[in-house]
This record gives sequence, structure tokens and C-alpha cells, in this order.
Amino acid sequence: MKLYAPKEKVVASARKVWCEAFAQVAETDSRVVALTADLSRSTITEIFREKFPDRYFNVGVAEQNMVGMAAGLALSGKIPFCNTFAPFAAMRAGEQFRTDACYMHLNVRLVAGYAGISQPAGPTHSGLEDAGIIRGMPGSAVVSPSDLSMVKKIFEASLEYQGPMYLRFGLGKNEPYLYAEDYDFVIGKAIETRPGTDATIITHGMILQDALIAAEKLEEMGISTAVLDMHTLKPLDTEAVISAARRTGRVLTMERHSILNGLGSAVAETLMEAGVPCRFKRLGIPDLYPSYGDPARLADKYGFGIPAAVDTIAGWVRES
Amino acid sequence: MADSATVDRLLDRVYEYRKDLLKLCHRVGGLHIGGDLSCAEVMITLFQYALHVRPEDPNWEDRDRFVLSKGHCSAALYLSMAQRGYFDKQELFDTYKNGYETRFGNHPCKAALPCLDSSSGSLGHGLPIAVGMAAAARIDGKSHRVYCVMGDGEISEGSVWEAALAAAGFRLGNVVAVVDRNRMGLDGFTEEIMPLDPVEDKWRSFGWRVVTVDGHDLKQLVDAIDALPPAEDPTPTVIVANTVKGKGVSFMENNPIYHHIAIDEEQLRQALAEVDAAYRRQKGGRTA
Repeated sequence: MKLYAPKEKVVASARKVWCEAFAQVAETDSRVVALTADLSRSTITEIFREKFPDRYFNVGVAEQNMVGMAAGLALSGKIPFCNTFAPFAAMRAGEQFRTDACYMHLNVRLVAGYAGISQPAGPTHSGLEDAGIIRGMPGSAVVSPSDLSMVKKIFEASLEYQGPMYLRFGLGKNEPYLYAEDYDFVIGKAIETRPGTDATIITHGMILQDALIAAEKLEEMGISTAVLDMHTLKPLDTEAVISAARRTGRVLTMERHSILNGLGSAVAETLMEAGVPCRFKRLGIPDLYPSYGDPARLADKYGFGIPAAVDTIAGWVRES
Repeated sequence: MADSATVDRLLDRVYEYRKDLLKLCHRVGGLHIGGDLSCAEVMITLFQYALHVRPEDPNWEDRDRFVLSKGHCSAALYLSMAQRGYFDKQELFDTYKNGYETRFGNHPCKAALPCLDSSSGSLGHGLPIAVGMAAAARIDGKSHRVYCVMGDGEISEGSVWEAALAAAGFRLGNVVAVVDRNRMGLDGFTEEIMPLDPVEDKWRSFGWRVVTVDGHDLKQLVDAIDALPPAEDPTPTVIVANTVKGKGVSFMENNPIYHHIAIDEEQLRQALAEVDAAYRRQKGGRTA
């Protein structure tokens, strides 16, 4: 797969790319409806609301009603996209998503920004445990774009997908294009972004960029590291996980999410049940409320940044 | 104005409903009988008079929608739908809450019973869903209504008031909410648990048109339905139906024990006798 260098095509105002992608996809399908809870200017709906005012509902700061309304819209044949930040999406409106959207298996899309430590606003506005909460809801799908080219592909795929989806986004600033050629995007099917034989890094979301940088550094040290882009946390591509672990014998997961109940947990569950012996470590936000600051620095502070990935895999290789 | 033939027809349906409810309660070892009885006239008026639906074509896209937000009163919904012809009452009696394969669970489940417009059970969820359905009707230029029956205890939920704001704010006069104001929750009287009065003022201040009725008076209920503004109207309507929990059975009325309970053979006999006597009085009163 042809890739851009990880820092080659970083877009400062990435949220604009989200908004354009969403408006383009909405143009093709009149079933698309957008709801927001007074966060239109911070999520994906900014262009949509200008172009499709009749299909746009700003409910005010009322996330429960937003997701309940979305269920009603979906029961009437619409594909509603609800926009808010991850902690409010998964927790304030969590029961509505579970009992209204998931229990009835409706085509509600919960678009959750500010996932992980991707912003400086602190734990109140960060999705630390959101994906884990949603993952436990039967029938839910959890998908995150790994680069900006994937945003539109996710929106497109979401028009065909049957059932509730949680779309996990970051802050929308300084996000990269990583895929330099077109590729097939299928919900639930991981992408081997980079081949390798000594270890595999499995990622969920825009942290793919960090994994690719870590893999390059490891390459310079003579360690061949595969990178598996697990854009869909649920349903997890268990076949890809098992195959990567068997092939490389060393698996590191990276996510901008609590190390509890997210990608690392899902991969560990898969490998234990499949009986695949391998070295394994989860990198993610530790079980605490992180302090304020620059996301990259906080990742280093809490030990899930690029240096931690390089050190972990290099250490494994040295030991063997 | 409601004509006497309509009211008479509904009275017969309510009588059948109350008797079936009590028999079912005895048969299946317990129902949310108090709330099922308080909303009897409301449910019958909706399902036998107000709702434009086609039971033989439950997904007809121009149908009125119905959401039972007080989902614990599933028996009230199932019996109302059976009377309207959605399914056979016998299946309900044979399978309600019975075994894993039943279509008739303790709380209504759309996956099991697709002719429902929505699942329900967790309180405070129905009105937001109804508002979403009403918004969809607006997008599609449809003129059907969306009815939502809530318990009064459940309007303590904040999500109800979020949806109340939205229905008025989005000018959804196609929403018709009914509050079954039986003045009781699970633990006792609402005004002792967390006061709700003045209920009407709260809805009015949220921008709703408020109609207060005696929720056991079929004529008042029919008149309230007849007086609804067209679905295109910008103002949503709430009908505050003042009711009695356990209505029609003396030992159940206003008794918190009868929120959810089973009744034995003797209780069933006494309850049916009371319902019978009341029906005869009402019919006698009408023909006299």
C-alpha cells in the first residue's frame, strides 16, 4: 500500500474536511438528517446546515432528546447523524443510544468528537472510556477514521450499513492524509497499512500516524514492524488479529482511549480465546483522568506515545 | 361534540378491556395493573377512535404513530392493539411474559413484535422518540399525528422536558402527548415523592397547548381528540388526563401495592363483579 510520509500531509483545519465530506455524502442521499446539541460549529454539520436546513435539527444542549429524536427519525426511514462530543454522546445519551437505537437496531449514527486525549479541554470533554461503553451494547458498531481520506469512506459506508453506529472522531485539527492511493474500505475489515515480520502494531483511529512513525523508527533499528489499521473496533476483524499475531508473534495495540475496554481489550480477548501465544501490550490512556495539555506531550507523559511504542517492541526483540 | 353512539361503543370496549386485563393479571401472575387500569379510557379512545392506522398493513407510511412511553403498561397496549385487530387476543393470553419466544414481553419490544411503532420500557424515552417521528413527518410533508402516552411519575425525567422544548421549538403540532395523571408512582403518591403540580402550567410554559380532562370520561376524551388542531399547526398538544390508579376495582384504587402485583381467584372474582356492576350502571345511565 502506497502511503504518504506520516507528517507529509497534515491538515491544520481537518474538521473542514469532515464537514465537506459529510455534506457531499448527504447530497447523494435524502435520508440523511443531522442533529446537534449546540455543537454544530465543533462537529461535522457546519456545511450541512447551510445546504439542508430542512434536514437539520439543533436541539440545544439536550443530548438525551437528540438521540431519542434520532431513534424516532430512524423509525421513519431516515439516517440521522447525531453530533456531540464523545463523553456526552456515550454517557449523557448512552441509555438512549443503547435502549432506543441499539435495542431496536436502528440506523442511528452517533458522531462523537473529542475522543481520547485529542484536545486540551480536559477530562470533562474527552472521550476516555466512550468506545468501551458503546462496545458493550449489543448490535453496536464502533468505527473511527484513521486518516482524512477515510472520513468520507466511513460516511459513504454508513449509508448502506444496517444498525446503529458510533463514529469516533478527534478534535479535527492537525490530522493527516496517510493513504496515498485509493483502497477498499469495508466496515469490520482491517487494513494492513504496512507489512512487517517482527511485530505488529494494531491501531484504532488517528493514532495510526504515530504507529507508522514508530514503525519507521523501528525499521531504522532493523526491526520489521507491521501496522494493522483497525478502523472498526466493533465488529472486530478477529481473523486479521489472529493472523497478525501468528505471523509476527508480537502484538502492540495503540489507541486514544482508556486501556480498559477498548481496542487493547478487544484484541486481548480475541487472542486469549484463540489460544495464540505472543508478546502483547496495550498502549492507551491509563486508568486515570489525564491532566491538561498538548495531546502529544500527554501521550508521552502517560506512556502511550511513539517512544513507548518503539521501546516496547525494541525491548521484546532484544529479549528474544 | 362526542355523539352518544360513539361513547357507547367505546364504553363496551373499555368494559371488555378491564375484564381482560384482570383475567390476564390473574393468569400470568402479575401485571402493572394499577397503571393499566388508570389509562383504560385513554387507550381505548386512542386505539378505537383517534388513531388512523391499518392493522392489516402496520407499516402504512401515512399512519398515525403511537408510542407508549409508560412501557411497563405493556398489557394495556397489547389489549388495545388486539381489540383493534393487530393480533389475536388468545395468543396474548397464552404467551404473555411466558417463555423466551413470546412476542408479548413485560415491556413492548419492536424486534419481537414488529407492528409496534417503538419499543419502550425505560421511562422518559417515549416523547423524544415521538418528537423524532414528528420531525420526520415534517420533512416528508406528511400530515399524520404522533401520539405518546406517558405516566405522570415519568415526567420527572429530564429527557421529557428536553423533548417538550424541542416539540414546541420545532413547531411540531403533529405531536399529541397524553399524561396519565393518576398521581402515583411506584413508591406512592407523586406529590409526596416529588411534587409535579401544577402540571398544566409546566407544559404551558414550555409552549404547549394544554387540555385537561377527566381521564375516565370517554366523552371528554373524544371531545379532546376532536378539538385537536390540524397536524400542520405549530403548537404541540398535551392532554392531561386526571385518572385514578387501579380505577374500577375498589381495593386497588389509590393503593400503592397495586402498582405491580398478582391477584388470586377471590380477588379476581370480586374485581370482575365490581367492573360488571359499574358497566351496568353506566349503560343504564345512558339508556335512561
